[in-house]
Amino acid sequence: MNLNYGSEYKEFTDKLKQFCKKYSGVHFSDSSKIPLTASFKSGDLQMKRSDWQKLLIENGYFARSIPKEYGGYGGEADIIKNRIIASEFAKAKVPPPMGGQGIDMLVPTLLELGTEEQKQKYIKPTLHGEIIWCQGYSEPNAGSDLASLQTKGELIDGKWVINGQKIWTSTAQYSQMMFCLVRTEPNASKHAGISYLLIPMDTPGIEIRPLVDMTLNAGFNEVFFTDVTIPEENIVGKRGEGWAVANATLGHERGSLSDPNAMMNRLNSLIERMKDETINGEKIIDNPVYIDKLMKIQGKVIAFQSNSLRVLSAKLNKNQDIKIASMIQKFVGTELRHELEGFAIDVMGELGTLYENSPNIRDGGSWQVGYMYFLGLIIGGGTSQIQKNIISERGLGMPREPKVQKGE
Amino acid sequence: MYFGLSEDQIFFQDNVKKFLEDNADLDIIRKISKDDKSNVREDIHKGIVSLGISNLLIPEENGGLGLDLLFAAAISQSLGGAVAPVPFCGSYVMAPIAIKLGSNKDQATKILDEMSVGNIKFGIGFSDYFGSRNSSKIRFSDGVINGNTLFVIDTEYATHLLVSNADGVLGMIALDHKSINYVDLITVDKTRTYKEIKFENTPVEILESTIDSTNAIERAIDAGRIILAADSLGASQAMLDMAVSYSKERKQFNRVIGSFQAVKHMCAEMASGLEPCYSLVWHAAHSFDNDEDNSKLMACHAKSHVSEISKEISKKATEVHGGMGFTDLLGLHYWFKRIGLNRQLLGAPELVRAEAAKIQGL
Repeated sequence: MNLNYGSEYKEFTDKLKQFCKKYSGVHFSDSSKIPLTASFKSGDLQMKRSDWQKLLIENGYFARSIPKEYGGYGGEADIIKNRIIASEFAKAKVPPPMGGQGIDMLVPTLLELGTEEQKQKYIKPTLHGEIIWCQGYSEPNAGSDLASLQTKGELIDGKWVINGQKIWTSTAQYSQMMFCLVRTEPNASKHAGISYLLIPMDTPGIEIRPLVDMTLNAGFNEVFFTDVTIPEENIVGKRGEGWAVANATLGHERGSLSDPNAMMNRLNSLIERMKDETINGEKIIDNPVYIDKLMKIQGKVIAFQSNSLRVLSAKLNKNQDIKIASMIQKFVGTELRHELEGFAIDVMGELGTLYENSPNIRDGGSWQVGYMYFLGLIIGGGTSQIQKNIISERGLGMPREPKVQKGE
Repeated sequence: MYFGLSEDQIFFQDNVKKFLEDNADLDIIRKISKDDKSNVREDIHKGIVSLGISNLLIPEENGGLGLDLLFAAAISQSLGGAVAPVPFCGSYVMAPIAIKLGSNKDQATKILDEMSVGNIKFGIGFSDYFGSRNSSKIRFSDGVINGNTLFVIDTEYATHLLVSNADGVLGMIALDHKSINYVDLITVDKTRTYKEIKFENTPVEILESTIDSTNAIERAIDAGRIILAADSLGASQAMLDMAVSYSKERKQFNRVIGSFQAVKHMCAEMASGLEPCYSLVWHAAHSFDNDEDNSKLMACHAKSHVSEISKEISKKATEVHGGMGFTDLLGLHYWFKRIGLNRQLLGAPELVRAEAAKIQGL
């Protein structure tokens, strides 16, 4: 066991800490519409989102290992530096770089499997937040069983013509582009008939209908395609390879849904709330029943954080066998975060139900939003039940469900 | 940066595991647990001590191995995994730590030297300090100890006891004195034994540095809690492994029951709860030697969190076995009971969580 990152990281960390001190509390003039991954108390410093992205890239605090020619910082891939950056940003309440499906999923996919033209055209503006992407995967009849998707793509006169429907499409209404799974080989087997296409969202024939979720935000959309026609070269990988292309990025999504730094920040905010909140004149933090529950949750958060250190270690030490430690992160992380946010509501009692711009609301209503939002994440990106199938089958070697025979 | 057990630690851990597989399988555990009069229990202890488990934490200058708590935690996993009928947490982990930190230099050298060759073995009676029950009360005065202490840990082969009063002052008592009265306690877990011990003007040697500092007892309890968590971790993994393997063999409705999602999901839940416990226990053990500021909090959370998770696993793993899980034939109950006892030793989860809050000023 050695938890030191080594002396070579000291200079890097010192410089990073100065940066964090300078930009603690920075907020954005143009971010109101796009849901951020975290919210912070505003300071005096205000700037544009894209300028912030550029500043982070210049300093090597974002897009570190993406080559300069595609708009990245052009440094060596260094998991430890990424970890130090995330943890110092969280500690100093500096807003993290913009995330989203373009940055988290499309960019790694293009770097791995895109053509040179695609890399040149899309990566830089995506990193700068100038192109926002949405993901067109799920369909009304293709959820957990994603590979049964039916949206059709036909190559007619050198152009893809797309017809069908996607659902659960986050940020479609703000997006310039969609990366999309489409059935292009109707005669091939289920997994071999899919292609990965890049669709400009202003193409005629696309209709976006907002899908209001339980938080009352229209975070999702339904997207309908009627003879949507795009250039033939807007395909990543070859025809029929879309499933493999998409699987290269699903792993990225599952990792990003359960960030232990964000979890620790929320736990600390919860403790602050408990210090402020009183019932019959007694501070909640002095009530032993609430304290016991808080300590239970803290134990789980610390265990989860330690688990993520072990996962990090396995990335650095190639021979380390961590069994199922990485496989459980999405399931454990989203369930735990949901529990934490829900406990904060109990701390506030009736006041915990206040919403929107109600008088007496605490912390801007963020606990209710978080409580509901993380229920969404428990379901999205592979439900907890699907995760348990994966853990038991791939992690514990238990048998798959027998296939249902036709006619049964 | 490397987070995990080292090759040496895994090697040592596997040696202990192998020894127990060869010398203390379930039939032997079952026999020992039923009022066995043979020497099997002693022989297992002698054999495992010869592997070095009694000397892990004794400094090299005193003839020990001079290893750290993570090493001991790794070994404890193996002991729990095999429900090993041997003392460890009190005699071989808490005692050397308490002696090192609580004695003056001359005392410590003398005692540790004797411990390393097996002439002194300690049982541990600290319950007056962290939670006295039945109004047991220990009093030291003029070189003697009076009162009784409940739930003394690791008395099997003890020559001496370390006993605390309510203030954390530690006294060392030779167990061959006629003024000592032993009461055998009968717990659900027969793999280890516990006693109530009563003293009447029994000679005692006070550990000098514990008179005005609780550091020695606090550190010993932190270490003990981490070791108990590691024991439950090993026991829980054994129960999960048994449940998964049983579910792949047992058939109902023409299918192995492990192909039913109801069963698979129980196993996935157990595994998802247990996996972070490895990281938590190792992190806590590492903090004990390398990050003293956080080590008490980590020890409290390791003890309480692993106690909760292992309780859950001991229930679910038994359920996966259906009726057979309830019988002595498969013997799952040995692990169930071991986990149940570890949970209460050195503070039940509620008590330990209250302490975790207190040390954070909450």
